[in-house]
Amino acid sequence: MGFFNAFISKGSSKDVAKDRLRTILVHDRTNVYPQYMDMLKNDIVKAISDYAEIDPQDVEIKIDNASRSSNTSMPELVANVPIKRMKNIGK
Amino acid sequence: MGTVYVVTSGKGGVGKTTATANIGTGLALAGNKVALLDADIGLRNLDVVMGLENRIVYDIVDVVRGECRLRQALIKDKRFDSLFLLPAAQTKDKTAVKPEQMQKLCNELKEEFDFIIVDCPAGIEQGFKNAISGADRAIVVTTPEMSAVRDADRIIGLLEANDLRDAYLIINRIRMDMVKRNDMLSIDDMLDFLAVTLLGVVPDDEKIVISTNRGEPAVTDDKSMAGKAYKNITRRLLGEDVPFMDLSVDDGFFGKLKRLFGMGAK
Repeated sequence: MGFFNAFISKGSSKDVAKDRLRTILVHDRTNVYPQYMDMLKNDIVKAISDYAEIDPQDVEIKIDNASRSSNTSMPELVANVPIKRMKNIGK
Repeated sequence: MGTVYVVTSGKGGVGKTTATANIGTGLALAGNKVALLDADIGLRNLDVVMGLENRIVYDIVDVVRGECRLRQALIKDKRFDSLFLLPAAQTKDKTAVKPEQMQKLCNELKEEFDFIIVDCPAGIEQGFKNAISGADRAIVVTTPEMSAVRDADRIIGLLEANDLRDAYLIINRIRMDMVKRNDMLSIDDMLDFLAVTLLGVVPDDEKIVISTNRGEPAVTDDKSMAGKAYKNITRRLLGEDVPFMDLSVDDGFFGKLKRLFGMGAK
């Protein structure tokens, strides 16, 4: 981006479109919708909280590798869960 | 033995009928025997884009019902002797032709024509399923809009599920000035999402409106950018290796100034 563009562009609408479209296509292809992802996230947070101290705000879950036809590759559920402290269990 | 291409998109209004008319005319222009088949029953329009609306006597439904012979229903084009149109019925609905009937019809046409181009209705319901059932390969048309790309993705999935793999993609109505400003999805963005073979890129061109007004496909107009793009598309369908057109825009005084100072975005 050049000097002149710095005055004109403030976050491009194309990048917004790309991000939104990426999410939409993943959901279309896997038949998984945002609400369902929220439910899944809540359950994951609940399960992990028994073992570790985590902040639900920090948890990220998404589906990667969603292709149109199910026989070429499998979608992956990717969860990023930062742990603050492990709980002492079974001691 | 001819090849049947179905032109489809999912979303309406992206330019399927215009693409069908231009590809068919382009193939005829190159000396091939071509039949255009309007499968958008109830909403026929290919006849209008081709400028043949006053010549319709019989239509596709008459043919499959045996009310006339195929030869009687085929309308010869005004300009090209090797180009024919089988119009859709306007009074019936999208279920008037069954998939088996469409297959039989396409097979019959393949005996006589080099190329059969089927104009598919918008949507993913029965009309779509009927239209694709005789096809050997699909050409998916999209525009650089989120909704059109989303629907194209859906359609490509449905085509694959119906054994129509390796669909070709036409990106229609691109505006390189907007792509350059980062306000429109680029060709590469769309190919990343859709992961299919690019058949051509057609620039947004007001000459398309003018040529449709006249009932003369833009591919016959050497001055039209969109027409040139369609000519390239037909050459690629004929197996030629044609480089993609340079659609970059003249960015005027400031662009030149920026380039002069080495600040151009390229």
